Amino acid sequence: MVASPSLSVRDARIVFGDRVVARDLTLDFPGGRTTCLLGRSGVGKTSLLRWLAGLLPGAGRAQPTAYMAQRDLLLPWLTILDNVLLGFRLRGDAAALEAAVPRARRLLADVGLGDRSGDLPETLSAGMRQRAALARTLCEDRPIVLMDEPFAHLDAVTRLELQDLAARLLAGRTVVLVTHDPLEALRMGHQVRVLSGSPFAVGPVIEPPGAVPRDAADPVLLGLQGRLIAELRSVP
Amino acid sequence: MRPLITAVGLLLAWEALAWATGVPVYILPPPARVAVVLVERFDLLIEQAAWTATEMVLGLVLGLILGAALAVVFAASAGWRRWALPLVIISQAIPVIAIAPLLVLWLGYGMASKVAMAALVIFFPVVSTLYDGLRRTDPGWLDLAQTMDAPPRAVLLQIRLPAALPAFASGARIAAAVAPIGAVIGEWVGASAGLGFLMTQSLARGQTPLAFAALVLLCLLGLALYHATDWAARRLVPWQSPQGE
Repeated sequence: MVASPSLSVRDARIVFGDRVVARDLTLDFPGGRTTCLLGRSGVGKTSLLRWLAGLLPGAGRAQPTAYMAQRDLLLPWLTILDNVLLGFRLRGDAAALEAAVPRARRLLADVGLGDRSGDLPETLSAGMRQRAALARTLCEDRPIVLMDEPFAHLDAVTRLELQDLAARLLAGRTVVLVTHDPLEALRMGHQVRVLSGSPFAVGPVIEPPGAVPRDAADPVLLGLQGRLIAELRSVP
Repeated sequence: MRPLITAVGLLLAWEALAWATGVPVYILPPPARVAVVLVERFDLLIEQAAWTATEMVLGLVLGLILGAALAVVFAASAGWRRWALPLVIISQAIPVIAIAPLLVLWLGYGMASKVAMAALVIFFPVVSTLYDGLRRTDPGWLDLAQTMDAPPRAVLLQIRLPAALPAFASGARIAAAVAPIGAVIGEWVGASAGLGFLMTQSLARGQTPLAFAALVLLCLLGLALYHATDWAARRLVPWQSPQGE
């Protein structure tokens, strides 16, 4: 895979509705790595991610990005395979669509849904649906992937499994993942940064040791988790 | 089973009422008498029913097509919507009965005026439900499509339109329920065939049992049209099967 580019934000002002979420924001996301943005609900994580995706007014998207939301957003009338190919179907390039089919099937096999490609989303469990959404995100094959609490709705065990799967499949891409779960940030992120305040400020880079996905039972990780929780609680 | 018991019960009550009060047959014919007429005049009744059914179905199809097309145009273009939406609302403010004579005057005593009439009453529920559905697309889907660089046309046809199909199905059900009104009013105002025409004719001649027989068939036609539409609407949105069925 071609090395994924880094992503930089310079002096950005992010406004959501009539609220200034961030002012003079300068932030770098290293290429080919996963950066987890950790913060409490309402701090503006999602606004930042939507701004990066070019979904907020006044946001200029610097590079093509793939976006994965908290909900799976599968279209109920399309099969799982057609959902994974949604971007190609919408862009209407028949040749590109044709060419993408084998890759979509391979990705579905990677996320363990190889035998469900012809089924409708309603027949799948929540965890399976989110795996299908992950396959759709990867099928877009964009160098930058933005993820908005993609596993928040899942039960604890399914969440751990999906974190492992996502970390493996996202290797080599520039990923920005926002989450309110310190353990998720520490397992998935090469770097972790804490967002706090209003407008929010970004804390220093935290680089936990070891390769991702990290073991949830690692004492070093659990120590860091305690520290992060204390940090999140210390700010209003 | 329950509707059948209710229907039989009502028929018995009606029969008893007619027998007990001794009202003349030309005021309230007992159901047995209506049944006899249904059998005796079956050929005539079926012929008129076929005529009315054709009017209803053509009106329904025309109304659905026009209504759906207009809703899509409204969703695609704000300019068209600003110009045409007031016209659509005005068209609904005029009571259908008031323009029925005009339609007969312009389109004649034949089938065209009744089809136009049915299409006119149908078209508004279809436009309003489908347009409403097109406006209420899940914003998450629209965001996703935007990050995929989808052109607006593809978003309309591949996301907003299928997402609005359940709303369209509701509109079609309402349309099927009101289609008979349009057709029958058209026949009352001026026609040379149809169940509505037969009713006015037979009432004028004191053949009340025949008018009741026509009414029974009209009721059956309405039910058949509604259930056929309901069945088709379910097939249109297989991913949205109602709970508990």
